[in-house]
Formats: sequence, C-alpha cells, structure tokens
Amino acid sequence: MVERLGTLRELRDALAARAISSQQLVAQALERAVAGKSLHHYVGLRSKAALAEAAATDARRASGAARSPLDGVPIAIKDNMVQRGEATTCASRILEGFVSPYDSGVVEKLAAAGLIVIGRTNMDEFAMGSSTEHSIYGSAHNPWDLERTPGGSSGGSAGAVAFGSVPAALGSDTGGSIRQPAACCGVVGLKPTYGRVSRWGLVAFASSLDQIGPLARTTEDCALLLQVIAGHDRRDSTSLPEPVPDYTAALTGDVSDLVIGIPVEYFNAEGVDPEVLRCVRTAVVELEKAGAKTREVSLPHLRYAIATYYLLATAEASSNLARYDGVRYGRRAQDVRDLHELYRKTRSEGFGAEVKRRILLGTFVLSSGYYDAYYRKAQQVRTLLRRDFEEAFRSCNIIATPTAPEVAFRLGEKSDDPLTMYLSDVYTVSVNLAGIPGISLPCGFAHGMPVGLQLLGRALEEAVLLRTADAYQRRSDWHTRTPPEVA
Amino acid sequence: MATFTHAEVRRIADLARLAFSDAEAERLAQELDHLLAYVAQLNELDTRAVEPTAHALPLATPLRPDEPEPPLAPELAFGNAPQREGTAFFVPKVIDGDEG
Repeated sequence: MVERLGTLRELRDALAARAISSQQLVAQALERAVAGKSLHHYVGLRSKAALAEAAATDARRASGAARSPLDGVPIAIKDNMVQRGEATTCASRILEGFVSPYDSGVVEKLAAAGLIVIGRTNMDEFAMGSSTEHSIYGSAHNPWDLERTPGGSSGGSAGAVAFGSVPAALGSDTGGSIRQPAACCGVVGLKPTYGRVSRWGLVAFASSLDQIGPLARTTEDCALLLQVIAGHDRRDSTSLPEPVPDYTAALTGDVSDLVIGIPVEYFNAEGVDPEVLRCVRTAVVELEKAGAKTREVSLPHLRYAIATYYLLATAEASSNLARYDGVRYGRRAQDVRDLHELYRKTRSEGFGAEVKRRILLGTFVLSSGYYDAYYRKAQQVRTLLRRDFEEAFRSCNIIATPTAPEVAFRLGEKSDDPLTMYLSDVYTVSVNLAGIPGISLPCGFAHGMPVGLQLLGRALEEAVLLRTADAYQRRSDWHTRTPPEVA
Repeated sequence: MATFTHAEVRRIADLARLAFSDAEAERLAQELDHLLAYVAQLNELDTRAVEPTAHALPLATPLRPDEPEPPLAPELAFGNAPQREGTAFFVPKVIDGDEG
C-alpha cells in the first residue's frame, strides 16, 4: 500500500526543500484514500480538481510565489463545510444533489494559504452522533480496530488523519465532535473558542455551540492549521474580532508558569473506565514533571451538562433544520398533493432516524407550554455551568480531564439506546456550553485502543492550550504511534 | 413534567413537518419519555434568580454600513432548485380545495 503521509510540518519542510512536489503529495493522498476506501472515511474525493490545483501550486512555488509555507499540502474537510462547485451532504439524504454556489469561510482561508482539499469526510448525519454510524454512506471504521467506531461526529476526519491519507483535516464540534473522535483515533483535535473560526458556510446544527477546528497528528500541526483558519469574518455575526496571535511561536515547551486544574467531578464521573483514568492521571504527572503546578478545582454543575446540552442543541437543531423543505435545494419528495405534504414527505424521507428524533425533541422543548420548563431552564443551567468554569479558571490556567469515559466503542454497540450514546459525551459538552477552547491529545492506550487527554483553556487562550499540549508531546511519544496497516 | 404519549408524538411531528408510522411513533414516545425523565434532573436546581445564557461569550450585535454589494447570481441561487420556472421556485398549490 502507498505510504501514509507525513505531518503538516514535515510536508511543509519537504516542499520548501523541493524534496517533493505538491502533485506527488496530492497523488499520494488520493491513492491512500482510495486504498482505505473500505474504512468509509471519505464521502467524496476531488481527484481531478485537487491534482489540477497541485499543478498550479507547483508552478507558483517554482516562480517563488507560494501563497504560504503550506501551499500545496493536501487536506480534507468534513462534509458539512461548503466549497463552491462541490457537493455538501452532511451525510444526509436530504441534501442529495446539492452543489454549493459559494465557499465557506474556512475553505476560502485554506485556499488563500494554498492548502488543497482532496475530499469531504464522513460524519454522523448533520453532525448528530458520537460514532459516525448515522451516515447514509455507511459507518466509518477506526483504523486501530476496524470493528470499532472512529468516534463522531467528525469520525471521517479523525479516521483519515489516523490512517494517514491526509496530514490534517477540519472537523466541527458542537458537543465534542472534534475531540471525541480525535481521542478514539489517537490523533490531536482542537475545538477553538466559540467565534474564533468563521461559521460562514458551515451547515448549522446548533448555532450557539458549533465551532470548526483542526485534527492532526501533532499539536504543532494543529497550531499551524489553526493559524490558517482563525480570524474575524464579518459574514458570521458571532465571529470574534480579536487579533489572532502567533500560535506556533507560543510552543516554547515551558509550562512552569502554569497551574493545571483537576476537576474532581470529571474524575469521579459514573461509568468512566479506570484504565482511561490511569492514562490521564499519568499524563498529568508528566505535565507536573515538566514544571506545571496542579490543584484540585470543582465544577459543581457538571452532572447537569448532558441534560442541558441535549435540550439546547436539539432546540437549536429543530429550528436550523426547518430550512430543509424540498423547495430551494436538496431532495424533494415526489407525488405530493399540496405544500404541506411536500414538506412532510420530503423531510420524512430525507432525514435519518437520529435526526428526526432530535428534531422532535427540539420542537417539543420549544413548543408552547413547555418552553420555560425545558428550554429556558436549560439556558439558566448553562449560565451556572459557565460560571463554574469562570470560577475554576480563577485559580488555574488549564483544566485537565479525560476526553471520553471509555475508548472507542464497537460498531452497533450503542445504536439501540440514544441516551447511552449521549452519555458518552459527558466530558465534552460542557466545553461547548461554556464556549471555551478544548483540545484532545493521545495519552496512552487502554484495551489496545488510544486514550485521549482533554485540556481546556480560558476563552481565546488557544496559545496557552497549545503550549501545554505541545509540552506534553515533547515528553511523550503516543502521538507518533500509528495504527497497523490494513491488509 | 409532561410525559410523551403517542398522541403527543403525533402533535409535535406535525409541528416539525415529519410523519411517522404507528410503530415508529410508539417507539419514539418511549425514547423521548426516557430522555425527558433524564433531563428532569435539571429541576433539582433553583434557577429563579439565574439569567439565561443564549451565547457563551458576550457579543454585541455587530453593525456594518448598509451598502449594496453584488448578490449571488440568480443562476447560482436557483441552480439547486428541485423544480423551478425561470427565477421562481416551483411548488405544489398552497390553497386547499379542488378549485384552488
């Protein structure tokens, strides 16, 4: 099989040294993506367009006009970020046939830096899931164990990076959908502060929680890619105007000025695998050896995070997904008598079971008579959770937790009971509710599968978060492990 | 707290413009009942004096000058329409009744 691709930094350096061309890299990426087809990481490849862009890149670089050091590096995007002239389906039947008339903010930024999108990655339909099993393209597989899920909903992106068909990919994270699959696949995944990366052209799931971020094999690569995609976009009214710092310059390896908070509630949560906790505790000790101080902190409302999240996320989703009506784009049901039936039939045929379940719950909590009891109540508890983090961050710079309570689960293991699946997001959803940044990085193995360490930072302190994660990776080699080659 | 019944599923499904078979509605009623029982734990908290959070970070509504910019070309805007007539989306009749 064609070799896995190197890291972003390695490819950047190889291109700079003229040791390889972008055309060679893109061909290698495409070939490897095709070789791993049975893993269902991709839902569409841009073979011809990507190779043409690579040829243009090589010409630019030869004439000394490279757009950035990453000009010509292949990358993948999740199937919920639009690219002009390309399909976007959110792994849903309802967006069948949709071709985007415009570029998303992140695709513009990738193009401005010369990165080449080789394809769109698999996901849970409309990003609703933690396993990439709810996809019309079929379940994605974890490269570490093909019988297990790669996590979700950005399971295609995490899987592709772990498999090595791309050095990095973009995912989106509404309740953990970058961090949890990163943990499951043994790669690094960063959810930036809400508003740090433009949501323009990201298909909306829960608008107050959605955020795009990078997945890569190293923290440094995440920093390189965040540098490309972060920044203000006036087309996204929740985009933050603050200047973007130099993220790679922040990676000094020094954490002696930092205090890492250990939230008791995260380590005592019900149902967490002791093997996972052992890896995370050992990683925290490693950070102490690197000079960081640690202290216990408390997030007393953490146990209410999942209930709060599922009320707010489904309410926002029911509103956002009202636009799929079969009129302006996407799938339209046939043989209908009137407009009402057109809506009902189109949506019933077009959405999968999990999406319908969430639309139903969200419609209910927003419906007359229940709004205050559920939706407003959840918004109030969101305030309490937000304050918990504010209080905790008074005495620490970083909070360390497991990313997920267990390693990647087996395909089909949790598909019968939606609540069981939701509970696997216990460590990640609170971060979206608080709007703060979080990163997951490999910190060991349990039962032969990768374990993720989650680090959380104060709003807009991605640089501190990345510095801490990078300091850990300078002292560990978990991120250099690669899954066995698929026969 | 309300509990989900078969009839409640039908009522909400209609609001959401979704249709379900009897078997599906039955199963959904059970699942949603289960979920509502779980989220009822929020009632343990006294939130009477707590402001709701709509967005995690304080954001003022950004304003910009109201200047015309080139719109999406009509051919692109209508290019994805499942059924169209020129620059109009074609839909079945909206008014009930045979005479229309």
